Amino acid sequence: MNDILLDIKNLHASIGEREILRGVDLQIGRGETHAVMGPNGAGKSTLSAVLAGKPDYRVTEGSVTFCGRDLLAMKPEERAWAGIFLSFQYPVEIPGVTITNFMKAAVNAKRSALGLEALSASEFLKMMKEKMALVQMKGEFAKREVNVGFSGGEKKRNEIFQMAMLEPVLSILDETDSGLDVDALRIVADGVNTLRTPQTSAIIITHYQRLLEYIKPSVVHVLKNGRIVCTAGPELVDRIEQSGYDEF
Amino acid sequence: MMSSKDCGHYVERPVPEDALRIPAGQERSVVKFISGDERFAFALEERSQLSLCIVILPGADASVDIVADMLGEYAEARLSGVYVCRGRQKVELRVQVNHRAACCSSRQLFKGVAAEASNTVFSGRITVAPGADLTEAFQENHNLLLSDTARAETRPQLEIYTDDVACSHGATLGRLDLEEQFYMRSRGIPEEEAKVLQMVSFLAPALSFGGSAPSAEFSEAVEEAVRAL
Repeated sequence: MNDILLDIKNLHASIGEREILRGVDLQIGRGETHAVMGPNGAGKSTLSAVLAGKPDYRVTEGSVTFCGRDLLAMKPEERAWAGIFLSFQYPVEIPGVTITNFMKAAVNAKRSALGLEALSASEFLKMMKEKMALVQMKGEFAKREVNVGFSGGEKKRNEIFQMAMLEPVLSILDETDSGLDVDALRIVADGVNTLRTPQTSAIIITHYQRLLEYIKPSVVHVLKNGRIVCTAGPELVDRIEQSGYDEF
Repeated sequence: MMSSKDCGHYVERPVPEDALRIPAGQERSVVKFISGDERFAFALEERSQLSLCIVILPGADASVDIVADMLGEYAEARLSGVYVCRGRQKVELRVQVNHRAACCSSRQLFKGVAAEASNTVFSGRITVAPGADLTEAFQENHNLLLSDTARAETRPQLEIYTDDVACSHGATLGRLDLEEQFYMRSRGIPEEEAKVLQMVSFLAPALSFGGSAPSAEFSEAVEEAVRAL
């Protein structure tokens, strides 16, 4: 069996007084792509927020182990350095901070945490150019303020670009296909597929099966009422497409 | 927008005797670190241009007066400032812009970060005299508070005695946005560095308000001050 990258056991999480995750069990092996599908309110965004370490969410029970480490004890930046990347459903704007400066700070912070020297200006520029080409992002975006005035599709492409720059071990794509037109969807999917390696894994969290036509998962889970209620192979996607979530 | 009928009676204040005259058609640009008490008074003749940027860093209290009198037509003034305060520091900025001639434009952008138990007050008065038609006068003051004990007050004042003008003032008081911070941290930028990035990018527009990029001396000093908060 593959080594387990992410091991979620009996995870309970609340926001305020409301319990949203009610005992989630999930295991992601190295090199695997999993889809987590479910109706609205199932807890999909809560799951990704808890994995990324968003404040406001309280874990009340259970554990999450990432590469053998206690993920819940790690700060958001530590999780990023360990190799987790979350592509947000609604990426925020950061006025006054350019994509270049943002990525330079992020890339060099990770290198510093891993005991590596910061990239030189020219090395960094080269990396930016390479990764922008990979996700078909126009050069002029390097000078744009992060997400400011970006269309939905441009924001999602920017998420995938950051993923390319940070080279995570586990990528979590949170409802990546909401707000995208088909062309943008292809670009996002192509970027994700290009970045996929036997050493890296991905969790695609989505309500609709559209994106899964382009990024094929090996395992599909249904999250409903805060629990994983079904785990199967890709055929589960068609079943959901045809009869929805009621049967689970 | 207020009309001249709402303002009561126009009282003409004298042009300060110590005002530095900017002769017709000429430009003056001033960028200065301020500590303690300081006063600036300018009188702009027709078609002259003024650009003033003040920078107040953590340390001594500061009390600053800025007066700009637009005496001749088509004069332009751009006034800006950055103030970063901590401890029990008190900073007071009083800005007065008096439009006495037609077709002049004045713009103000003052931005501050107040940490710990520091206290800042910004008072900005714009007066547009009768006959100063086609005046454009805009003022903005934005403040970030880093603690529960920090205070920032903003007191804009508009006295407009003629109708055909475009004038506005805007002011905000807020905290560092936590969503922005989380986004940056999720990409591996440590919390303290994320806050520095937020504050530097918040203050930057006031440093380059004069139209050109600020010198390294000023932008580095501001970044260093913010990093040390």
